[in-house]
Amino acid sequence: MTMATATPVMTPPTLWQIFFEFLLIGAVSFGGGIVAYERILLIEKRRWLSADSFMATLAISQTMPGLNSVNLALLAGDQLRGVKGALAATIGLMLPGGAFVLLAGVVYSAGGQHPFINVLLAGIAAGATGLLASVTYTIGKRHFVQIKSLFIIVSTFVLMSVFKLSLIWVLILMVPVGLYLYRPEQQS
Amino acid sequence: MSALIHLALTFGMLSILAVGGGTAVLPEMQTVLAGQFNIDHTEFVHIYSIGQLAPGPNMMMVLVFGFQLAGLLGAGVVLLAFFIPSSVLCLSMGRLWQKIGERPWRRAVQNALEPISIGLMCSGVYAVAKAAVVGPLTITLAVATFAVILLTRVNPVFMILGAGGLGALLMHFFGLK
Repeated sequence: MTMATATPVMTPPTLWQIFFEFLLIGAVSFGGGIVAYERILLIEKRRWLSADSFMATLAISQTMPGLNSVNLALLAGDQLRGVKGALAATIGLMLPGGAFVLLAGVVYSAGGQHPFINVLLAGIAAGATGLLASVTYTIGKRHFVQIKSLFIIVSTFVLMSVFKLSLIWVLILMVPVGLYLYRPEQQS
Repeated sequence: MSALIHLALTFGMLSILAVGGGTAVLPEMQTVLAGQFNIDHTEFVHIYSIGQLAPGPNMMMVLVFGFQLAGLLGAGVVLLAFFIPSSVLCLSMGRLWQKIGERPWRRAVQNALEPISIGLMCSGVYAVAKAAVVGPLTITLAVATFAVILLTRVNPVFMILGAGGLGALLMHFFGLK
């Protein structure tokens, strides 16, 4: 067990293997939940990372700006095969979805004004609103009941949606407040 | 040419400001695209919603904005501008972290950013809802999708497609909104 967590990888995978495994995730992950697919790939299916280093990598992905799923692919690829591995993983992950939206975008540009396409998109948009709300609720429910977090959530929302500040100003105002409220304990 | 540079700067900025994931920049993206690129809120929400049907990372729909504004070249510029800055930051910080190991302040940064990004997601829900939820029918579809996704294990794509199909029929034949 300790052996396994210390050295999860015997021989590093090839760039093609990395590309192909992430391409597969990029192609089948309809409806979200990509980080879960990546977890299965990295620590169960291929055992490219130990559970511990996966959790550490995920934490960095969540702390840095950018999409968590893309950051995770980037860092995992980098740990396996350096910058080339990082590129192989992220390109694989984004390729299917990118092709999908471009194709859909071409169709939308051509026919978006058609009355039936318009009502179809109106219905889809209502559904997508429900999805976004459910994702926000799932990620946020732990925070909505904590006084410090709730204060930050409400202030951020008010600055962004009520006072309509631009995002950079919202972050300039809120990040110091958040860091102060969640500063590391001086004495443990 | 200047349009491409404008696109690159806009999405490059959004890339660096995307704390806690891409969804956090949705409200800002909607405002900037409406104010500087003439993409109105309805078009924004349509393209965002199409993107939710796609597999893979959930912000790939930014390519469509690039395509709408400057063709395939525009899509390419937006792709690079939206993903390279955050990726370079993440990769360099990731390597640094590997060397120095976990530090209390990393947890502090993550703890501070989490509620901020949730607040921004709430703003995103509000921004998208303002354009997408316009009457009793769209309210019902949005609430039903929200509830079914939270209460069951149905794949959200089926719910969105279902809302689209059912909504389209009711809007088309009964003029509901």
